[in-house]
Amino acid sequence: MDAMAKKKTSEAAGAHRWENDPVLSVEHLTMRFGGLVAVGDLSFEVGRGDITALIGPNGAGKTTVFNCVTGFYKPTEGRIIMRHGLGRQDDTVSAVTDSGLRFRKDGDKGVFLLERMPDHEISHKARVARTFQNIRLFGGMTALENLLVAQHNPLVVASGFSFGGILGLPGYKKAEEAAIEKAVYWLEKTRLVDRADDPASDLPYGAQRRLEIARAMCTGPELLCLDEPAAGLNPRESSELNELLKYIRDEHGISVLLIEHDMGVVMEISDHIVVLDYGVKIADGTAEAVRTDPRVIAAYLGVDEEEEIDIPEVREDLSAVAKDEPPEDKTPAAGKANATGKRAAPAKAKPAAKPKARAAKPAASASEVKVAGADKHPGKQPPGTKKPAPGGANNLTRIKGVGPASEKKLNALGIWNFSQVATWKKAEVEWVGSYLAFPGRIEREEWVKQAKVLAKGGDTEFSKRVDSGEVATSRPGRGAARTGGKGGKA
Amino acid sequence: MTGTGETLLSVRGVETYYGKIVALRGVDVDVHRGEIVTMIGANGAGKSTLMMTICGNPQARTGQIVYDGQDITAMPTHEIMHLGIAQSPEGRRIFPRMTVMENLQMGAALVDPKHFENDLKKVFELFPRLKERIGQRGGTLSGGEQQMLAIGRALMSRPKLLLLDEPSLGLAPLIVKQIFDAIRELNKNEGLTVFLVEQNAFHALRLAHRGYVMVNGNITMSGTGAELLKREEVRAAYLEGGRH
Repeated sequence: MDAMAKKKTSEAAGAHRWENDPVLSVEHLTMRFGGLVAVGDLSFEVGRGDITALIGPNGAGKTTVFNCVTGFYKPTEGRIIMRHGLGRQDDTVSAVTDSGLRFRKDGDKGVFLLERMPDHEISHKARVARTFQNIRLFGGMTALENLLVAQHNPLVVASGFSFGGILGLPGYKKAEEAAIEKAVYWLEKTRLVDRADDPASDLPYGAQRRLEIARAMCTGPELLCLDEPAAGLNPRESSELNELLKYIRDEHGISVLLIEHDMGVVMEISDHIVVLDYGVKIADGTAEAVRTDPRVIAAYLGVDEEEEIDIPEVREDLSAVAKDEPPEDKTPAAGKANATGKRAAPAKAKPAAKPKARAAKPAASASEVKVAGADKHPGKQPPGTKKPAPGGANNLTRIKGVGPASEKKLNALGIWNFSQVATWKKAEVEWVGSYLAFPGRIEREEWVKQAKVLAKGGDTEFSKRVDSGEVATSRPGRGAARTGGKGGKA
Repeated sequence: MTGTGETLLSVRGVETYYGKIVALRGVDVDVHRGEIVTMIGANGAGKSTLMMTICGNPQARTGQIVYDGQDITAMPTHEIMHLGIAQSPEGRRIFPRMTVMENLQMGAALVDPKHFENDLKKVFELFPRLKERIGQRGGTLSGGEQQMLAIGRALMSRPKLLLLDEPSLGLAPLIVKQIFDAIRELNKNEGLTVFLVEQNAFHALRLAHRGYVMVNGNITMSGTGAELLKREEVRAAYLEGGRH
């Protein structure tokens, strides 16, 4: 495809598309509300045919930037250049700037200084369309009517400013049919065809969001500005949105500028990410560059749950666990003896199951209990035994976070006693977290620490509550689960 | 199933209509005291309608809603609010012309004034940004800040049952994490009962003790958060395609 080829050449030149061929340049933009500086001296560029994301903490000024670009606000200072046609067109830009004109159009090419233009011209002439964070559809109109209103300008021209429309001249009829065809096309693309005749306000939230995008596309934009298009969508709907936006970019060649907090959307589809904090740009680059930028992590992304293991308390806890173990256990490949003193089964090396990296874990078979798909989980399966330690199994539901269902699953892994859980290290915690399908929770609820106390016959706050019958999901008393016995149901 | 096991809110066979259109088709939900319960489901499933029906607007056409031993099915909304239910509605319906402080005062309107200072401090600890914006009109806040204000306002009413309709909507990942942590803390330390509607199913199910899945106005599944997270059909419908 043309766009791809273009991308490659620009990358070969060692520069990004947003530098070589920006559709939009925001230069030294400042927006003040009284004494409050919402945006301060902000500059960034949006590449033609790119999906560019504007991200940042709440109140960073993202929507204010949108409002300046689309003419809802008049910027206090700065220049906003919209370009039709390839290249930076630097000469035209300076010529228009000096001339005091708002824009210059020359066939397919054009340079528009958005800070000088009223909002309707920005939409109509510069062809910038937008959606809103708080949905603003025409609630009483049907979905289809909303899309026809978006094509009001061409329709009015075609109707000869109403007269042709009233008389039903063929030119107008044709234009009207074309408008409906375009509307139906976008209703199909946004999967709203079966709701075409329903009032917009009756549509569920996610459908209203898609209708806003359809309406914006019906204005025939060069640049589509989307303010939180994935807000209120569930992950599945978000991934459908991803497809829609990629389609708009790849098949229609429209540049997209979006504000979004859903990192599943941002990181997957963005060619370029600009990060704001307190009205100032703190990062600007590709998704990979931005996601690892420490300033962005600190201000915006936070630390991933899976990385919480790196927080000092947990690390200390885990290293303490490591110290309790006999030294020979430190060698990961050794056939391990688990804490109950039972000999573990000899490590049967799996016949190099899958060429994937995870298959290369030697200790995965250190358990007496084999689980199907054990190598699908990250980390290491904890050593389990076929039978509980002498003296019987412990009541694992006395660990906060372990309910009857989890207990059953742990038993199936050959985990019967607190002393076993107490020996888990980072790798085992990770594996079990993934196996039980709640990664991160074992760390957060400190199962290992609890198990160490309980293994010594001590009590935790939680186990005391369990024993007094206050916790409906846990079973009071120290005994094991009776098979088929009363579960946790209150 | 958690907490005392005593039922705080019981929804039985509730059907709600918008005109002729049926939105809820006989919904049964229980929320026990001290529990965090979440409702997940696609857009348009009826989750928000259920939350609004609990608050009496629209009222259930059939079925029964019992809160704290009292039948509230036909009770007007303002009386329901007196019983200690607070809602942070979807789409952050704050008072746009009132300041941040005034919005929070509105939240505390039914509460003994002696708690005000302390509650305000807690809200500001949770959302320091609101403190920075204290004299600003609600309508001039950014979208995410309005969401913080809506949640803050609900907390100011010291609810026994907190209804949160998509608290993570429009919030930065870091703030979402803080809000979910805060809900967990409030639940753990103060025994606050929470009923949560969320699109962010991954976060919600990990936070909640129990969850329900709603499809087209019907409850199709229920179980503990961990159980639902593991269910193949839940994963396929609500979790795949990223977890943020």
